[in-house]
Amino acid sequence: MLRIKNKFNTERDISGCGLCGIINAKRVKTNGSDIKKAISIEHDRGNGLGGGFAVYGNYPDYAELYAFHIMYDNLPAKTDVEEYLKNNFIIEKEEPIPTFMTSKIYDHPYLHRYFIKPKSDRPDKLFHELGDDDFVVNSVMLINQNYDGAYVFSSGKNMGAFKGVGYPEDIADFYKLEEVEGYMWTAHNRFPTNTPGWWGGAHPFTLLDWSIVHNGEISSYGINKRYLEMYKYNLALRTDTEVITYILDLLIRRHKLPVRLALTVLASPFYQKIDKMNGDKKELFTALRQIYGSALLNGPFAIVFGYSNGMVAMNDRIKLRPLVAAAMGDFTYVASEEAAISAVCPSPDIVWSPKAGEPVIVEFEEKKIPQKGGLISL
Amino acid sequence: MTKSSFSNIQSEYLALIDHNKCVRCKRCIQNCGWGTYSFGGDKILADHSKCVACGRCYTYCPEGAISIVKNPTVIRENANWSEGLIKNIWRQSETGGIVISGMGTTFKYKKYFDHILLDACQVTNPSIDPLREPMELRTYLGKKPSRLDVDLDENGEAVLKSKMPPQIELQTPFIFGAMSYGSISLNAQKAMALAARALGIVMNTGEGGLHDDLVPFGKNIIVQVASGRFGVHRDYLNSGVAVEIKIGQGAKPGIGGHLPGEKIGADISRTRMIPVGTDAISPAPHHDIYSIEDLRQLIYAIKEATDYEKPVSVKVAAVHNIAAIVSGIVRAGADIVYIDGYTGGTGAAPNIIKDHVGIPIELALAQVDERLREEGIRNEASIIAAGSIRSSADAVKAIALGADAVAIGTAALVVMGCHVCGKCNTGNCSWGITTQRPELVRRLDPEVYGERLYNLISAWSHEIQEVLGAMGVNSIESLRGSRERLRGVELTDAELKALGIKHAGL
Repeated sequence: MLRIKNKFNTERDISGCGLCGIINAKRVKTNGSDIKKAISIEHDRGNGLGGGFAVYGNYPDYAELYAFHIMYDNLPAKTDVEEYLKNNFIIEKEEPIPTFMTSKIYDHPYLHRYFIKPKSDRPDKLFHELGDDDFVVNSVMLINQNYDGAYVFSSGKNMGAFKGVGYPEDIADFYKLEEVEGYMWTAHNRFPTNTPGWWGGAHPFTLLDWSIVHNGEISSYGINKRYLEMYKYNLALRTDTEVITYILDLLIRRHKLPVRLALTVLASPFYQKIDKMNGDKKELFTALRQIYGSALLNGPFAIVFGYSNGMVAMNDRIKLRPLVAAAMGDFTYVASEEAAISAVCPSPDIVWSPKAGEPVIVEFEEKKIPQKGGLISL
Repeated sequence: MTKSSFSNIQSEYLALIDHNKCVRCKRCIQNCGWGTYSFGGDKILADHSKCVACGRCYTYCPEGAISIVKNPTVIRENANWSEGLIKNIWRQSETGGIVISGMGTTFKYKKYFDHILLDACQVTNPSIDPLREPMELRTYLGKKPSRLDVDLDENGEAVLKSKMPPQIELQTPFIFGAMSYGSISLNAQKAMALAARALGIVMNTGEGGLHDDLVPFGKNIIVQVASGRFGVHRDYLNSGVAVEIKIGQGAKPGIGGHLPGEKIGADISRTRMIPVGTDAISPAPHHDIYSIEDLRQLIYAIKEATDYEKPVSVKVAAVHNIAAIVSGIVRAGADIVYIDGYTGGTGAAPNIIKDHVGIPIELALAQVDERLREEGIRNEASIIAAGSIRSSADAVKAIALGADAVAIGTAALVVMGCHVCGKCNTGNCSWGITTQRPELVRRLDPEVYGERLYNLISAWSHEIQEVLGAMGVNSIESLRGSRERLRGVELTDAELKALGIKHAGL
C-alpha cells in the first residue's frame, strides 16, 4: 500500500535537501530539461525518498481555472472526492496526469487532475460568503484531512506540482517534464531523516498559487504550528514546508502584507539592528516582531517559493543552509549549490550568495491581472 | 475555664551554641529578630522555642559557633497522623484561632515542572552558540493586534497605519512579582527597583501604594490596584508603566489581606493613605466587582484615567475553571493576565487556604494558553506565569507551555537572605525583608541586594540563552508556546493531556 499521507507517529517529518529554481522575468517559457539537469547535479543532497517540481505557466488554456492535482491510494477514494468536487465545483476538464513508467518509478498512486472553479450556488454558500480562493483553501484542507486515501497536492491557477517518491531526475522522467513548458520552475531533492518517504510529503508543497521547496528544519515548528492553528489552518501533513506555505498565505493573501514585509516576518532582523533604524522604520519592524513573533521561522532553512507574480529565494536569519543565486539576462537561477547553476548556465552575468535573511525577489515584468481576493473569514 | 499553664508544642529547632568557640560578641543577640538569644552574664543563652531557623544568626556568627538543628525529640511517627497535623490541633486547641503563616504551601504536591524535559538539536538542525551568535530574550507585554496594517508611502515603503497598543518592554522575560510595601520593607522594594532598572525589567508595587522614594523608578514599576484600593490616586496610576488589578493570589485564592495596625507607621500610613495604626484590610472580593462586566468597567476606568497609555494587567489565582475565567478577563479588555499558581507565596494566609486551594501553575497555564488559541484571542493579552518559579528551568518550561514572561517573588526574597521560614506574618524577619522594625529593615542594603538580584536574573537569562541555543533557536518568541519542545516523564495520560505535551520517547 502506498502512503500518500503521513501516518507515522511523529509530530512532524523533517528532512535535509537540495533545491533549485529558474525564472524568466519576461515569461519566456522553457521546458523542464534545464531544471531537471540542475537538480540532478544535487543528486547526493537527496536519498531517493522524494523529488518534485513546480511549474508556472504550464496550463495557459485553463489559466482562469484552479488546477487540482490529486493523488489517490485507491479508486473508492477517487469516487468520494469526485462526489465532493461535483457538488461544489464546475469541472471544466478532468484527466489522468500523464505519467510514463520508468525503471526507477514503478510504484505510484493514481494521479488525476481537474480544471475547476467553485460553483456560485454551492451548498457552502448557505453558511459563508467565502471568496473563491478561501473556498478552495477550505476544500483542499477538507479533502486532505477527511478523505482517506486522497491528497490534493496542487491547487493553483496555471501552475502545477509534479512530485513523488524517487530521485528528482527520475520523477522528471516519470512525468516527462521535458515536454512541459513554463516560465518559472522550482525543484526539490529530498533527504528525509525520520520517516520513509511518502508521496504527499515530497516537495514542492503548494496551496493556491503558492509553491514552496525547502531545505531545512524549522526549530520553531511547534509554535509556528500552534500559531497557524489559531487561524484555522489544518496542518495535516506535519511538515515544515506546509508551515511556511500557510504562513505566507496568512501574511500575504489574508493579512495583505507586501511580499517583502511578509518575508521579513519569516527571517526578522535582530533587535540590535532594529534599534538602530530610524523612527518610523523602527516602529514598523518592532511592531512586526511584536505581532508576528510566533510566525518567525527559527532554525536552518533555505526556501524557494513561487507565486503568481514571481519567485523568492531566501535563507534563515543566520544562514544555516546553503543558497546561491545567479542572473543571466532575463533568467534568474537559485540553487543549493553553485554547480547546479553552472550545469545549465555556465557563464552567468552575476553569481552571488544571498545574505542571511535577505530575500532574492524576482517579479515578472508585466503584471498579471490581479486575482479576486478572498475574505478573511475562515 | 482554667488556663492551662503548659503548651504541648515543643520547639521545632534547637539553637546550639558551641561555648568553646563563642567569643561572646553578642552579634547573635543583635541579629536575631525573634529574641532567641540573650546574655546570661558569662555566656549566650538560647530560648529554642523562639527559633524559626531563619539562618540569620549562624550566617553572621564570626566564629561559626552556632548550629541550628531540628529538634530530635520525636513525636511518634505516623503516616496518617503527621507531626504537622498533630501540632496544628494543639495550636488551635490552645488558641481557638486560624493557623496562619507566610510564603507558599509546604505540602509536597507533585511539581509538574520537575516532570517536564526539554529538547535539543542533534544533526538535522544545528544548535546555536549563544556566546557567538545573538540570542534574543526581549519580550513585550501587552495587547497585540491580530494583524499588521500597513500603507505604502510614495516610495513604496511600508508604513504603519495605526499605532501599536502600549507595551511593556522587558529585556529578559522576568518580572518581580507583586509584594507590597507593608508586607515587605521599603529597602526590599528598593533592591528590586534598582535591579529592575539595571536589568530593563519591572517590579510590582503590590497593594501598598508607591513610596516617594520609588517614584523615580516609574519606568520599571507596575502599580497595583487591589480590593482595599490602598495608595490609589490619579498620579499613582500614571506613575508606572502599567496598572495591575489584583483579583487573586495563588497562595490565597478567594481571600483578602490584613496588614495589622502595629505595622502601619507614618511612612506606610502616608503611602497607603490610611491613618497610622489602623489595620489595612483588603476585602476578599473587590466590592465593585461582583462579575466579569464589573471588571470590564474597572479596566476601562483605569484606561480612561491613564489616557490609554498604560497596559492594564489583571492578576488572578489559578483555580479550577481558570481557562474560562481568563478568556473572560481577556474579553473584558485586559492587556496582560497574570496567573498565580497554588504554590505561590504570600505575606500571610490561612494554612487551610494556602495548602488546599487552587491548582498548579503548569496545568493552569497550559489550559489557558490552549483555550485562548482555540478562541483565536491569544494575541489579545500577554500571559505572566507565577507561583514559585524556582529556577531558569522552571521559567523556560513555563514559557514553552505558553507564558510570555514569568514573575518571581519568593526567589527574589531568597536572594535577600530569606530562608523560607514562613514567618513573614510575624513582622520579625531577621533579614529585614518582611518586617517594618527599623533596626531590622536598616540591615537590608538595597544596593548590595539590588546587585545580587541583578546577578541572579542575569545568570538565569544566560541559562535561558543556553537552552535556546541548544534548541537551535535564537529568539525567545520561538520557544514561547512551543510545546513540541517539551516531553513529560512519569506523568499520566490525563496529566499529559492537560499540559498538552507528549510523553518522552514519543
